[in-house]
Amino acid sequence: MRRLASPFGIGAAATVVLAGVLALGGANEYFFFAGYVVLQFVVLATAWNILGGYAGYVNFGTAAFFGIGAYTSVLLFKSLGAPLLVQMAAAAVVTGLLGFGTGLLTLRLRGIFYSIATVAVIFIAETLMINWRYVGGATGLQLLRPAPMLPFETYTRMLFFIMAVVAVLAVAIARYIEISWIGRGLRALRDTEEAAECSGVPTLRLKLLACTISGALMGVAGAPLPMYLSFLEPASSFSLNYSVVALAGAIIGGTAHWLGPVLGAILLASMQQIVTVTISSEMNVLVVGVMLVVFVVAAPDGILGLIRKLRRPRAAAGKP
Amino acid sequence: MSETLLRVAQVSKHFGGFNALSEVSIEIAQGERFGLIGPNGSGKTTLINCISGSLRNDGGSIVFDGHEISGLPAFERTRLGIARSFQIPRPFSSMSVLENLLVPLEYVVHRRSMHAADTRAEAMQILESMSLADKADTPSNRLTQVELRKLELARAMAARPRLLISDEAMAGLSSTEVEEVLAILRKLNASGITVIMIEHIMRAVMGFSQRVICLDAGRIICEGTPESIVRDPEVQKAYLGA
Repeated sequence: MRRLASPFGIGAAATVVLAGVLALGGANEYFFFAGYVVLQFVVLATAWNILGGYAGYVNFGTAAFFGIGAYTSVLLFKSLGAPLLVQMAAAAVVTGLLGFGTGLLTLRLRGIFYSIATVAVIFIAETLMINWRYVGGATGLQLLRPAPMLPFETYTRMLFFIMAVVAVLAVAIARYIEISWIGRGLRALRDTEEAAECSGVPTLRLKLLACTISGALMGVAGAPLPMYLSFLEPASSFSLNYSVVALAGAIIGGTAHWLGPVLGAILLASMQQIVTVTISSEMNVLVVGVMLVVFVVAAPDGILGLIRKLRRPRAAAGKP
Repeated sequence: MSETLLRVAQVSKHFGGFNALSEVSIEIAQGERFGLIGPNGSGKTTLINCISGSLRNDGGSIVFDGHEISGLPAFERTRLGIARSFQIPRPFSSMSVLENLLVPLEYVVHRRSMHAADTRAEAMQILESMSLADKADTPSNRLTQVELRKLELARAMAARPRLLISDEAMAGLSSTEVEEVLAILRKLNASGITVIMIEHIMRAVMGFSQRVICLDAGRIICEGTPESIVRDPEVQKAYLGA
């Protein structure tokens, strides 16, 4: 009971209610179209941070998990006509298992070697889908959206609300990991894996757990994509853009705290949307690159690190 | 002599074609103060890496308290009661001194317990016994060399070990600091913890240990009381050259 009444619980509930009110009330339809993408990146950055931020294993394979999530949905929709929530649950299971499997194969690699291995996962997954005719092959698959669930007026509004709920859940999971013994173990192994192991931390098990949870959340973020676009094809589903924005969002926001990826993803994805509309859709990729460079140089601990420094300028300057 | 706590039998370890350890056998009794010496590169750290689980031995067996442990990952050996400090301190540098101790407390002693306050109190107690209490909230990357060494020992102690392996905990410290660390180790041993000390500072290791083994090129060349070791011609040759 006490946990429900905590500031975080209130904030989470308020976010869900706000998203519901927005989706039912007015606002321009485009707002939901763009808002969905921003929320999707909040989920991706939060999921990325569980392994990349807390444990320090930099994963470039976000796009693989995201894309597999989307393809799981298409497969279930085409073969069984499964409803969206079933598609999302199945995507979580499939990409969670994928996370566990790739973790087993790659997590013994450290540093840059791990990161390179994760890039390979994207190409393997994409190649498989290109060659699988049933789910559309290289040309892709056109999908007919069913009617939106009541009480939502349009399908996009419904998806916006669903993604808001997923985002809140993802953040709640990340926050739980961060403040529990799991988070302390992950930070210990990020600092020094050998000493963590000698302090009783089962490092491989914890990394596999982080990889599984992170992968499952990425898959859930990708699961509604076919319905959102009414179309799915491999090149855009496995786009490196997902990997880069997830990683950049977490780094720009700050990786040490659950709020970091949320702020970073909102900032980055909103700017991308604004630039796409006002300037050009090509320029939005540049935004990510420029912001990442600026933050890495000027604020290596992200927005949260910057805020902390501004709050306590004396404490930071006073100590050597 | 009291019962055996650790029995290392015929343990070998090679890296490629290099034999770091060849058929080393040691027995250590419950409550003993044991010294391990030898020139640089003689295999001391490799041996304790094999005991603590950071490395797997290629041949032989390691029995701790009746359990064959040579196949176990390091974290399980720590849970059985083997703790170590590292020669080059490896603090969890993103954490405060107190949080460093919470890691073994949460993962070994109070697994999945919900009493966070008790765990913190216990960590504070350990820090007090190491006279590190005033640094509890200091980020561990701001510590001095001697404080880092003490943190290594404190973190090892937080796992409530029965066997503590101290890997050159005194290297690079001033003589008063060496005395300080020695006093801590003596106190721990008096409370019933078996201690293996690896050390280059002869005065420290000879004064501390009841029994000493000297390694050279991966073999035990001499074993005995501290007095007999320093007089041994093999040992003198290993350290000073022929």
